[in-house]
Amino acid sequence: MHPAASVIFFTVFSGAGFGLLILMGFATGSNATPSTAFLVVHFGLAFAMAVAGLVSSTFHLGHPERAWRALTQWRSSWLSREGVLAVLTLAVAGLYALLWVFFDKPIGLLGWISAVLALVTVYATGMIYAQIKAVQLWNRTLTPICYLLFSLAGGGLLFLMLHALFFGSAGSLLSSVAMVLLVVAWAVKIFWWISGDRIVPLSTTESATGLGKIGKTRLFEQPHTGSNYLMNEMGHHIARKHATKLRWISVGLGAVLPIILILIALPAPADALWLVLAVISHMAGMLTERWLFFAEAKHAVMTFYT
Amino acid sequence: MTTLPETTDRKLGLVIDLDICVGCHACVVSCKEWNTGGYGAPLSDQQPYGDEPVGTFLNRVHTFEVKPENGPARVVHFPKSCLHCEDAPCVTVCPTGASFKRSDDGIVLVNESSCIGCGLCAWACPYGAREMDGAEKVMKKCTLCVDRIYNENIPEEDRVPSCVRTCPAKARHFGDLNDPQSDVSMMVADRGGFDLMPEQGTKPVNKYLPPRPKQEDLDEPVNLASLAEPKATGFLGWLDDALTRIG
Repeated sequence: MHPAASVIFFTVFSGAGFGLLILMGFATGSNATPSTAFLVVHFGLAFAMAVAGLVSSTFHLGHPERAWRALTQWRSSWLSREGVLAVLTLAVAGLYALLWVFFDKPIGLLGWISAVLALVTVYATGMIYAQIKAVQLWNRTLTPICYLLFSLAGGGLLFLMLHALFFGSAGSLLSSVAMVLLVVAWAVKIFWWISGDRIVPLSTTESATGLGKIGKTRLFEQPHTGSNYLMNEMGHHIARKHATKLRWISVGLGAVLPIILILIALPAPADALWLVLAVISHMAGMLTERWLFFAEAKHAVMTFYT
Repeated sequence: MTTLPETTDRKLGLVIDLDICVGCHACVVSCKEWNTGGYGAPLSDQQPYGDEPVGTFLNRVHTFEVKPENGPARVVHFPKSCLHCEDAPCVTVCPTGASFKRSDDGIVLVNESSCIGCGLCAWACPYGAREMDGAEKVMKKCTLCVDRIYNENIPEEDRVPSCVRTCPAKARHFGDLNDPQSDVSMMVADRGGFDLMPEQGTKPVNKYLPPRPKQEDLDEPVNLASLAEPKATGFLGWLDDALTRIG
């Protein structure tokens, strides 16, 4: 499938932004009384990333001026549900942040609701892809789970970085939580890759054409000498041959390097810089992972072209 | 609303005879010609005279080679357009309600003024029946020539999809596949019409008729070149036979 830059950016950044919102939703439960600056920066970063991602997702639309129409079909469409949930999440979390920052009234229940909404939003993002039966690699229960786990891992790492920037040290508890979230997310993702490699194609050129009853079928002549929308959109295979290397790179940047950096930062007070690097590395790893998510996926329609 | 109708009164669709199609692409041309000026946005081409021409088509003809276990391979021309599925996955994924399936005749259509051009419906379709127009940036698909089949301003014989009307070999047929007495339904029953990718669970309305079996005794392709070789007659013929016999 064609890996559109705007969609890669959208899923990675809004995923991490919503992940940070999920953690902030539970933040009223801690005993610490955070400063206004602390809250403004935390909520600010979470909203900025989530909104930047959502805005970016409209860039690949043919008619972005009609994007509001996508909020109407939540009863049947996952893409519509994702849009509606994102708006709801931002509204509830916005109210929660507003009351806390400006009126010093942290309302735990509102935080919980915004956290649950953010979780469901990320799940809906994953379901946009997981619902597509024609793309078997995506059409699995584990796909939205991966999206959820990556969102939490990204949010955890962002939370850790901001914490260190404010208090000089990240603390061993938060560091451990962030590392566990990273390990779990990437472990599930690696399982997703391995199980994905073993998928037996549901449709073949024989079943697509119905000619399998006669014999082995292959494309003799394309319908046209040039390319077309379907081949560009569904037949993307550039750098698929580098997939294995890119998987290693994404795990290295997304998980291994951030964990090493967290461990370096742990005993080093006032060294939040390590964690800033950890976040940058993680995001680079995530962008690679998301690029592969699209580039490696094969679509059933290509059986008509082979 | 982008939910699918439970049932449709009629199931209008095409029956395509793979035994008859000669792969002339006349249906491709007539489809483009009619639909670029009919329902909705035109079917644009990008760089039609350039190095890499691309364009929007609602119907394309692929050509496949089928090799039976015994016997020579054969070529099958394979026209492909929207199958107007009963369980159309392209309809339910649409976030705006632009994609819909009509409850009276089962035709799957796009309301182009609501389409945001997200492309998700094209991803959801396993058949590649939808193409985003490169100029208009809205999703285009076969309408079953909805602006012909009910059009009382054109002669009655023209009130069929453009591809059906134009097919010089009569490989394409149009009708109600919900009515067991219709010509198309009887054709499907008689010839063993089948669905494309039944495993995708889309329940296509359009049906394909299989190529008829070929002569069984034709194991190997006949060497046509040998038939064209000049045959010696008279004295030379006798000499040729004699020398062949000597070895």
